[in-house]
Parts: sequence; C-alpha cells; structure tokens
Amino acid sequence: MKKKLFGFIAAALIAFSGSAYANKVTLGVAADPVSLDIHVQLSGEMLAYSHLAFDPLVRWTKQMDFEPRLAKSWERVDDLTMRFKLRKGVKFHSGNSFTAKDVVWTIDRLKKSQDFKGLFEPFTGAEAVDEYTVDIKTKEPYGLVLNMMTYVFPMDSEFYTGKDENGKPKDAIVKVGESFANTHQSGTGPFYVTYREQGVKTVFKRFDEYWDKDCPGNVEELVMNPIKKDSTRVASLLSGDVDFIYPVTPQNYKMVKRSDDVKLVTMGGSRIITFQMNQKRRPEFANKKVRQAMVYAVNNEGIVEKIMKGEAVAAGQQGPEGFGGYVEELKPRYDLDKAKKLMKEAGYENGFECTMAAPNNRYVNDEKIAEAVAAMLSKINIKVNLKTMPKAQYWPAFDERSADIQMIGWHPDTEDSANYSEYLVMCPSKETGYGQYNSGMYCNEKVDELIMKCQTETDPDVRNAMLKEVERTLYNEAAFMPLHWQNLSWAGKNNLKIEPIINMMNFPYFGELVVK
Amino acid sequence: MFAFIIRRIIQAVVVMLVISFIGFTIKSQVGDPIRGLMGVSVKEVEREALRDKLGLNDPFLIQYKNFLKDAVRGDFGTSYFFKKPATEVILDKAPATLELVIASAVLIIILSIPLGTYCAIRPKSILSRCIMGLSIVGVSIPVFLTAIMLIFLFSVNMNILPSYGRGDTVEIFGGLWSTGFLTWDGIKHLILPVISLSSIMLPLFIRLIRAEMMEVLQTEYIKFAWAKGLSRKKIWFKHAFKNTLLPVITVGGVQLGIMIAYTILTETVFQWQGMGFMFLEAVERSDTALLVAYLMFVGVLFVVVNTLVDIIYGIINPKVRISGTK
Repeated sequence: MKKKLFGFIAAALIAFSGSAYANKVTLGVAADPVSLDIHVQLSGEMLAYSHLAFDPLVRWTKQMDFEPRLAKSWERVDDLTMRFKLRKGVKFHSGNSFTAKDVVWTIDRLKKSQDFKGLFEPFTGAEAVDEYTVDIKTKEPYGLVLNMMTYVFPMDSEFYTGKDENGKPKDAIVKVGESFANTHQSGTGPFYVTYREQGVKTVFKRFDEYWDKDCPGNVEELVMNPIKKDSTRVASLLSGDVDFIYPVTPQNYKMVKRSDDVKLVTMGGSRIITFQMNQKRRPEFANKKVRQAMVYAVNNEGIVEKIMKGEAVAAGQQGPEGFGGYVEELKPRYDLDKAKKLMKEAGYENGFECTMAAPNNRYVNDEKIAEAVAAMLSKINIKVNLKTMPKAQYWPAFDERSADIQMIGWHPDTEDSANYSEYLVMCPSKETGYGQYNSGMYCNEKVDELIMKCQTETDPDVRNAMLKEVERTLYNEAAFMPLHWQNLSWAGKNNLKIEPIINMMNFPYFGELVVK
Repeated sequence: MFAFIIRRIIQAVVVMLVISFIGFTIKSQVGDPIRGLMGVSVKEVEREALRDKLGLNDPFLIQYKNFLKDAVRGDFGTSYFFKKPATEVILDKAPATLELVIASAVLIIILSIPLGTYCAIRPKSILSRCIMGLSIVGVSIPVFLTAIMLIFLFSVNMNILPSYGRGDTVEIFGGLWSTGFLTWDGIKHLILPVISLSSIMLPLFIRLIRAEMMEVLQTEYIKFAWAKGLSRKKIWFKHAFKNTLLPVITVGGVQLGIMIAYTILTETVFQWQGMGFMFLEAVERSDTALLVAYLMFVGVLFVVVNTLVDIIYGIINPKVRISGTK
C-alpha cells in the first residue's frame, strides 16, 4: 500500500514538474496548412507544415547547402541514378519503422499528386536496393536531383495503406472532399498533430521517439494559430498572446522594433518581384530600346528604400546572390536621362498610353509598388492606366494577359536559377508548358536552348556558366522589369532563439527551436 | 398563424432559389477556385483536369441543374478550402457569430433603452447633450478603427485583455455548439469584439429611441394622459415607451439579421472564427461552393428574422394581425 502510494506521488510529481517545465510555444501565422496530407497542395504553408510533422531526405541549410536528414549519404552511380543510404532506427509516429519501401512509396505518390507531378516529371521513380538503400532514377541526366529530394518527406506507407471506414483507399489524394490522409498523419518529424480545426488551430506535440537525438529543440507543444490580419498578428505578439509570428509587414517593423520584449529577424529572400511588358499587345514593347528605357526609368532602389522600408534587395536580374546564375555586375540601373534618350532613339519621345495590372493583396506592398512604377514611367511620357485587384480576380486576368504591363512575383520551387526562366521568360507554349507566367510574351530561342541544356547538365560549373549567360542576355535585352527580392521576416519573444531555425525558403525548422 | 408560417416557408424557398441563381451567375466573376487549390507552378494541363473533375467547365445551366439536384437532397456543395460539406462548415461557424451578436444585442438593449428614453424625456439636460454628442462620435468612427484602437489600448498597452480569437470554448448540446460563455477565458475574449461590434449600433439605437419617443410624447393621447393627471412614470413607461418600440423592433430585426450575416469587419480584425470571417475568406479564396451556400443561408436567415419580428409585432401591437387572410 505504502509503495503504491509512493509510486502515485512520484508519478504525480513527475507529471507536475513535466507540465511546469514543458515549453509551449504559440505561433501566429498568416495561413495554416489546408490539409494534413502533404501531397494535396504545393504551397509555402504546406511545406512549412511538412517540416514539422515529417522529415525530408535532405534539406537546405541557412547557407543553401544540402544537409542530410533521413538520407545519411548519397552518391552518383551513373548518369541516371543516384544512390541514397538511409538512416537506421527511425520511427514513424505510428510506431512503424522507416525503411526504403517508404521512400519508394512516397515518390510514387508524389508522381500521382496533381501539384507535385510536374516537379517529379524528370524522375522515373525509386527502387529499393535493400532495406536502407534506395536508388533514385531519372529519365535523362538531371542536375537537380538533390534539390528535388528536399521535397521527398517519406510518409508511413503501412499507415496509409488499406481502406478507411468509408471504404475509400487511405492513400487517395483528395483536393476537394474528405479523405483519410486529409485528416490523419504519420511521419517521422519532430512533432505530431494532436488536434486540428482548419483555419482555427493546429496543435503539435513533440514526438518522444524522434530519431535526431542531437536536435537542440526543447519545445514540447507547438500551437499554430492562423491570424490573417497583419496588424492583429503583430498586436497579438506584442500583447503576449502568441510567442512567434510570421510574416511581419514593413509597416509594422517600427512597432516591433520599439518593443523590448520581442525581436524582429529579417533575411533576404528569393522571391523576385517583376513587371512584364507584353510585346504581343503593344508593338512598342517589342522594341528593345523602349523596354530598356522603361527599366532605366524605374528607380527600384528608391522603391526598396521608401516603400519597402529597406526590407528588400533591389534587383537587376532574376536570381539573388547565392544562386547559380547570379552575375555580380548586373545591378539595378536607374538613370532617367538615359531612359529619355533611349525613348527618343526608339522614336517614342512623345510617349504613349498603356494599361498595367497588379494584385493588391498578394505581395508585400504590391499596390503601392505598382503606383510608384506607374508614376516613374510617366516621367518618360508613358501614361499608365493602372488597375489593381485582389488576387482571386488578378490571376484569371493575368492568365488572359488582359493588361499591357503585369506584375508577377516568383519564388523557384527548386531553389535554382533555371526555374525562374522556365516559368517567366521562356517562349510561352501550351504543348511544353514552359513560359506559363510569361505574360510579356518575350521569346528568345537562345535563352530557351540554354535552359533546356541546363536541365540535363549535371556538372555544376558548366551549368552555372549557362545560367549566367541567360541572366546576361535577359539583362541586355531588358526582357522584363526587375524590382526587388522581398525580404522574409519573423518576430518572436526574446527568449526564443529564432536565428538558427530560419532560412530563405521560409520554412522555420521549429523542431530545432530553443526556448530559454 | 399556420397559414402565415406556411406562407413564410414558401417565401423562404423562393428566396433561396433566386439567391442561388444569382449566386451562380456571379460565381465565375469571383475568381477561379482552382487557383486556391493548386500551387502556382502547376501546369495548365493539370489545372484543366481538375476543373473538369469538379465540373467547373460545364455550361452554366448544367452546373445549376446539378446543384439544384443535390440541394433538394440537402447537399449544398463541398467547400473547396475546408474539404467538408458547406452546410457543415456554416453550422460549425455559426455559434461563434451568434454568441458575439447575442452578447452585443444584450449590451445594446441594456444601454440604449434607458439612455434613449432619458434623452427623450430630458432633451435639454447636460447629460443628454453629452450622450448625443458621444453617439455622433460612435457612429462616425469605422468599426475596424474602433477595433484596432481597442486592441492597442487594452491588449498591447495595458495587457489586460486578449487580442484575438475566442479563447477556451466548451462544447455543449452534445458537441453541436461550442460556447465561450462558460469559461472566464472565453468571456475575456468576448469583451473587445462585443464593444467594437456595438460601437455603431448602440449610438444608432439611442438616437432612434430618442427620436421616436420624442415624437410619441408630442401626440394627442399623451397630452390627454397628462391632462387626465396620470403619474409621470405611467405616461412615460407604459403609454409612451410601448409605442416607441414598434419602429425600434422593425429596425432592430433587420439590424440583427445584418449583424448575424455580416459581422465581417469585427470578426476579421479579431480573428473571430465566425461566419462573417468565413464569408470574407471564402470571397478571397474564391471558395464559390461555400459562397453560394452561405448566401442562401443568409436569405433564409432574413426570412426567419422577419417572421419573428412580425410575430413580436403582433404581440406588442394588437392592431397588427398576422393571419393567412388579408
């Protein structure tokens, strides 16, 4: 009896101390994941969630190097095959062990996912060599195998196999409607989901059997609350209702900085904001000199300083520093006199009138940026009729190419220079799918050829040389109007060590978050 | 009474039909739901395939016919974002809004009736002038500004009230209704949203009650009551006040309906997870299935509120009779 009682007290004490010291962190985010099924949608929120409840084979470090996660090491076997050695002793949340079959299963599923199949098009699939070795095969030599492996978050194949209570297969990827995977989750990540009310709250608990014993993170419970309005999100951090928020809009920087209890962390991002000048709609834009004049007329450094409050990097090319195609000399080039001279040479000294469209709730300060650019273009006598609209209406209008100048921001899924060109400047074609967001209708065979070559080139040096060539060509031809790369921003209470967990992709690695 | 209710039900069905038709005609203008369902880099071919699968490429009349066929069976479509039946989503969000509106309505009734009557009885007193002056300020400041000022004053600076959300809720009625009324945390979360939601309606009602009451006080029968030597209390609160209420109830009924349907601003600023917030999000995400279902729900709501107002009207004013015959 005595022993029992003692045991009870001890248990109560442990439970008490556990709850007293358990670190609970509440996040305020702009949007929460739309589903628990990581293959339902390709979006920033979904990938950030993937890093919480799952682990990728490899992941990006803050310096944009590859870091082994569930894959311990890798080697190239031949031009088409990359061999990955997997980590042993990794457990899924369900208790199943992680082996090569889960990787094969996950890649098969990725190839079926409507959102991811495009990214995994170059791959034929994966083959298990033994329990902890897997061969990833591509159709042709492919230089971005490792980049793509950051998207492979092995799922628990046993857990997702079979039929659910409605008789539907558990592995079905369902975008609209109910499915097992939309509401159930088993991965190898540092956290597992214990509660979820979509759009309201998601609760994550730390997984006791997490494989990474060196992980410094000490957060036991993570609560993710979507708070849509920027000012409310900041207010909730300042009032102490949440511990960590992202993103923070530039208008609120001052307020966050003024507070002693919280800190703001920003970092350069890779989302480029540009304007495209439609050469099919406006014959003037087909003239290289007019396009150059427009680029020279836009003071994008001024926009960064005044509108973005310094929290962006003015751009002269597509990819930021650190990317393969980045060319040092391609700087922003604001020069109003030169712009006027170019307009004169092109024969448009008296200018012309054209239309411009931009979203007003998609990118940071998108509407203000568009207004500023329109005003700057009026200095070289281009009268711009600007129309801004919410993103829900903007994208259909963008797809119809309904304005002469259109705004587009792009973040490459592959974290690679070629991706910008594939979507933004390659000749638009329904058959190949390239140039999907090229509303400038710019088309240069040389650029297309170089990018196609890049896809099968596996030597990084040769590949980067070609990517640089592309950036130079686009710069000289003024294929588009580069504005800036948006900075990423996070803010949290002072006792949170934010710096080590953030990165350029905006997937904070909360598993590693340390609370003092 | 029975015939009256039957007539109202038929009216509700007609309203739903009309709204659903209008909803369907404007749906394509709201935006492309596929955008919200797929990543930006997804190829056009895949988008088309999904559009086909969801029936978004069908001609307008076929889409509408399919919708009506399902609606008759009680299926008003599946929300693209929530991946659940639209009716389920709306019913999940309803308690949050209803509690917010009920709390605001109670606050408005408790304050506006005494203040409004006082201003009518003593129109020249200093207090009345102050109340009227403040009510002008209240009506003129937009709700979202009031809300943000409240957050910064009480949450950020004084740190005594929470800034967003509903706090701890308790499930009652077998999980059908999650209420914030039963926990201290839930009530604390209610305070600021309720104040900002009432900030426009309260002054409006004070002014309305005052104006109506002053008018009633000028009428012949009140003068007669004075002449008869009735007590002041009896004249003010029995004879004058009761007749003041009729127009107030009509306006109140409509305003209540509007508050339930479109508490968009307050809910958005406070991240209050109710129907107004859901509606705005659905517009932004082009969740057209949810939008159409919600608009129909609002149509029914207004018919129900108006019916209730008519019934209450009949109770207060026996001259108005509700019946099937004219």
